[in-house]
Amino acid sequence: MISNLAVLPIVIPLLSGIIAAFFHKKIILVRFFSKFMIIFNLLASVWIGFYIMENGSVILETGDWKAPYGIILVADQLSIILVITTNVIASLAVFYARSVLSERKEHYYFYTFFFLLISGVSGAFLTGDLFNLFVFYEVFLMASYALIVLGGEKIQLRESFKYVILNLFSSMLFVTTVAFLYSVVGTVNLAQIAERVQDVEQKGILTTIGILLFFVFASKAAIFPLYYWMPKSYIVPNPVVSALFGALLTKVGIYSILRVFSLIFVHEPMVQQLFLWLAGLSMIFGVIGALSTYNVKLIIVYNIIPAVGFMLMGIGLLSETGYAGAVYYLVHDMIIKAALFMLIGLIVYRAGTSDLRKMGGLLHRYPLLGWTFFISSLVLAGIPPFSGFIGKLLLLQAGFEKDQIMLVLIGLGSSLLILLSMIRIFIHAFWGEEQEVAAVSNKPAPSLAPSVILVLISVILGAGAEWFYPFVEDVSNMLADRDMYINSVLKE
Amino acid sequence: MEILMSILAGILFATGLYNLMQKQILRIVIGTGLISHGAHLFILTMGKLKRGAPPILDEGVGNYVDPLPQALILTSIVISFGVTSFLLALSYRTYVLNKTDNMEMLRGNENDQ
Repeated sequence: MISNLAVLPIVIPLLSGIIAAFFHKKIILVRFFSKFMIIFNLLASVWIGFYIMENGSVILETGDWKAPYGIILVADQLSIILVITTNVIASLAVFYARSVLSERKEHYYFYTFFFLLISGVSGAFLTGDLFNLFVFYEVFLMASYALIVLGGEKIQLRESFKYVILNLFSSMLFVTTVAFLYSVVGTVNLAQIAERVQDVEQKGILTTIGILLFFVFASKAAIFPLYYWMPKSYIVPNPVVSALFGALLTKVGIYSILRVFSLIFVHEPMVQQLFLWLAGLSMIFGVIGALSTYNVKLIIVYNIIPAVGFMLMGIGLLSETGYAGAVYYLVHDMIIKAALFMLIGLIVYRAGTSDLRKMGGLLHRYPLLGWTFFISSLVLAGIPPFSGFIGKLLLLQAGFEKDQIMLVLIGLGSSLLILLSMIRIFIHAFWGEEQEVAAVSNKPAPSLAPSVILVLISVILGAGAEWFYPFVEDVSNMLADRDMYINSVLKE
Repeated sequence: MEILMSILAGILFATGLYNLMQKQILRIVIGTGLISHGAHLFILTMGKLKRGAPPILDEGVGNYVDPLPQALILTSIVISFGVTSFLLALSYRTYVLNKTDNMEMLRGNENDQ
C-alpha cells in the first residue's frame, strides 16, 4: 500500500493536465486549479521525501509483478530530491506564467502541457526501468514540442522544427540502444542489468552500447559537441517555457547519465576518461558562446553548457566526493537557471529589446530587479557563500583527489568567465544612461516575486549547506555503492 | 533469418539517414519514419526470431516467443505514430508561415530575435 506513494508525483500532474484540458477556456478557473494542484503535488512529494529519509527507498512493483519481470518505479533519495526540486520550480513557474503569457496562449492548453511536462520529468526521475525511461522521455518531449511552438510565430516554428527532428532522431537511437542491451543482457530493468553486466564475457560490446546511450543522453543534456541545437531553440519560446526547459530538460539528461553510468557501465575506465575530456570542452565552449553574443537570452542559454560540464566532471571522476558535487550542483543549477530565465524575461520586457547594446540604466528605475539579478549572477558563478560555491568546491576537491589538475584549472577559469559574462549583462543593462524604451506594450509586467524566491532558496542552499549536505552525502554513498541499489530493488 | 532482418534494418537506417540530411522538409519527415521502422524491426530481431509460436507461457507449452520485445515495439510504434503526425502538422505550419520548405532558407540569423 505504502509503495503506491512512488507513483503520486507522476499521476497527480498527469490527471491535473487532463482535467485542465476540459475547461481550458475558463481561464480564471484553470489558473486557480493549476496553482492548487501543483502546490498539492509539491506538498505530496515533500511528504514522500520525509518518508524516504526515514524508511529508505520506496519501490512500486506495478500490478504486483515482482521486480525483474514487471514495471517498477524506484523512489530513492536521489530521485525524490530531484522531484521535489522540479516541483518547487514548477510551482513558482505557474505563478510567473500568469504574468508573461497572453490570454490566448493560456487558452491553447498551456497548463495541460505544463502538467504533462512535469509528469514526464518526474517519471524519468522515478523509473527503475530503461525502457520506461524512454517512455517518460517521450512524454515530456511531446509536451515540450507543444510548449515550444505555443504562440506559433514564424521564428518559433522554424527553430522548433529543428528541435523536434533532433530529439526524434536521438529517441530512435535510444530505442535501438535498448534493443542492443536487451539482446546482450536479456532484461530492461536497471537493477537487473547492473547485476548481469558483471557476467557478460564480451565487455567490448557493452562499452559500445554505453557510448551509444551516452550519445542519446548527451544530446538531451547539451554536452559538447552535441549542444548545437540548444541555443536557438531555447530562446524562441515564451520566458516561462524557456525557464522550464533550461531548468528541467537538460538536467534530466544529466540525471540519466548519472544513474546509468554509476550503476551499469562502470567496468570501462576509458568511458569515464572520455567524460572528463568532454566536461572540460563543454566548459570552454560554453563560456566562449556566452561571451560571443550581445543577446541576453543567448548568454543565459550558453551558460547552461558549462554547468552541464561541471556535473559531467563530477560523474566522470567516479568518486563519492565527485558524485556529491554533481548532485549538489544539479539541484543548485536547476534552481538558479529557472531564476535567471525568469529574470531575463523581465529584463527584456523592461528594456524592450534583448540586445545588450541597446539597453542601459535600468537600475535607476528597477533597483530590486537589478540587485536580484546581481546576486543570482554571483550564485551562478559560484562566489561563496552561495550554493554554486558549495557544488564547485566539492567538484574541485574531487578533481584534486583524482589528480585532474588540468580539469580543475579549466573549471576555475570558466567560472571566472561565467562571472564576466553575467557582469557584462549587469553593466550594460543596469548601469549607464537610461535608454528610451522603444515600445512599451500594454501587457502587464512579468512578476518578480517567483525569481526572488528562487534566488532566496539558492542563497539558503549555500549558506545553510550544513543542513543539506548530509542528504547529499547519503545520495553519493548510495551512488558509489551499486549493490545497495540492486539489493533494494531485487530484494535478495 | 536474424542476419537478413539486421541487414534490412540497416538499409532502413541508411535510407532514413540519407533522407534526414536532405533540404526538403517532407523528405526529412519521411526519413524519420524510415528510421523508426528500422529501429522497430531491430527490436524484434534482438528478441530472437522464432516462427509459428505464440508469445504465451502456459502449462504444456514449451515453445514460445519472448513477449517483451513485442510489448516494447507496440509502445514504440504508438509513440512514433503520434510524433510523426505532430511533425507533419508542424512542418505544414512551418511551410505556410515561412513560405519555404527548404532548410537552407530556414537557417535564420542571430539578430532576428
